[in-house]
Amino acid sequence: MSSPAAPPMPSAREAAGPSLSELFLGCARISAFAFGGVLPWARYVMVERYRWLTPDEFTDTLALAQLLPGPNIVNMSVAIGARFHGIAGALAAVLGIIGLPVAVVLVLAAFYSGFADVPVVQGALAGMAAAAAGLILGMAGKMAAPILQRRFWPAAPFIALTFVAVALLRLPLWPVLVVLAPLSIAAHWRLR
Amino acid sequence: MSAAALATLAWRFFVIAFLAIGGVNAAVPEIHRQVVEVERWMTNGEFAALFAIANAAPGPNMLLVTLVGWHVAGVVGALLATVALVGPTSILVYVVFHLWDRFRDALWRRPVQNGLSAVTVGLIAASAFLLARAADTGWVSMAVAGGTALVSYLTRLNPLWFFGAAAVVGAAGLV
Repeated sequence: MSSPAAPPMPSAREAAGPSLSELFLGCARISAFAFGGVLPWARYVMVERYRWLTPDEFTDTLALAQLLPGPNIVNMSVAIGARFHGIAGALAAVLGIIGLPVAVVLVLAAFYSGFADVPVVQGALAGMAAAAAGLILGMAGKMAAPILQRRFWPAAPFIALTFVAVALLRLPLWPVLVVLAPLSIAAHWRLR
Repeated sequence: MSAAALATLAWRFFVIAFLAIGGVNAAVPEIHRQVVEVERWMTNGEFAALFAIANAAPGPNMLLVTLVGWHVAGVVGALLATVALVGPTSILVYVVFHLWDRFRDALWRRPVQNGLSAVTVGLIAASAFLLARAADTGWVSMAVAGGTALVSYLTRLNPLWFFGAAAVVGAAGLV
């Protein structure tokens, strides 16, 4: 099923990889349960549950997906679908990620005025928002741990600089990336 | 809805997609400017309501764009805006990752990937910080966030457990 444009890949990875329908269903699973943020779910499904990717591969793929324009999770799905099944894989993964949520959100939108004012619903949403923030923090920790163990210098200062620039100084993302990404690459250069 | 208006809708989100570096959240101010101030498709309040629904629904936060399309031109608008947002950038991503894979063994690839990964981890930590501030309604909400962070860091527990527990705590009026 792999398209002629599919990137060359080692056979071990191909053998262990998901089929087209597994890609579609796995991505649908990610989006169906992703309240408040998709990335922690994506990491759980892709790395911990199905083992499509190693933890390092997840971080590496996300790094490039974030640097490219477009929704991060859609970019991730394109990359991972394409890696296993070329164009067909990319389509299956993207449809899995956005198909169900688009349908659900349109139904919700049609009804939202009905339940937006119910205190129990508001409370539940407030609790889930806090859990979503915690999950993303947990994911940041899981992604940081192997990097800090292996190359504390120069990774740590760039993790910290990016955090300060975006979270504390609230600088626009574009200039932050344009300045920090090349500097970080340069600092990692001698570790080739 | 005329064909010209649908074309405008598609064009706006086609352009916005290419500004959304680092994710759709980074492009929300620009989406707001185009939709409320330039095209005047909806009021500020309507935009805020759609944003809340997009975040309450399961799935990626790009659903905001789907809802804007729905508001402007019904289901056709919703599908058009969604495709305009994800289609062209997906093709770009496909091509870039394809090239990236061809340079799998290139000497420059490792430092580039490691350098970008450090910045990515910083960005994820920043998102967690900003989301925690937005979700902060007092010490209970921060305890929920901190507890979730710690347990999810130490275990491989299904994230649904955290949301279920947090929803119960919230529905009980504690958050």
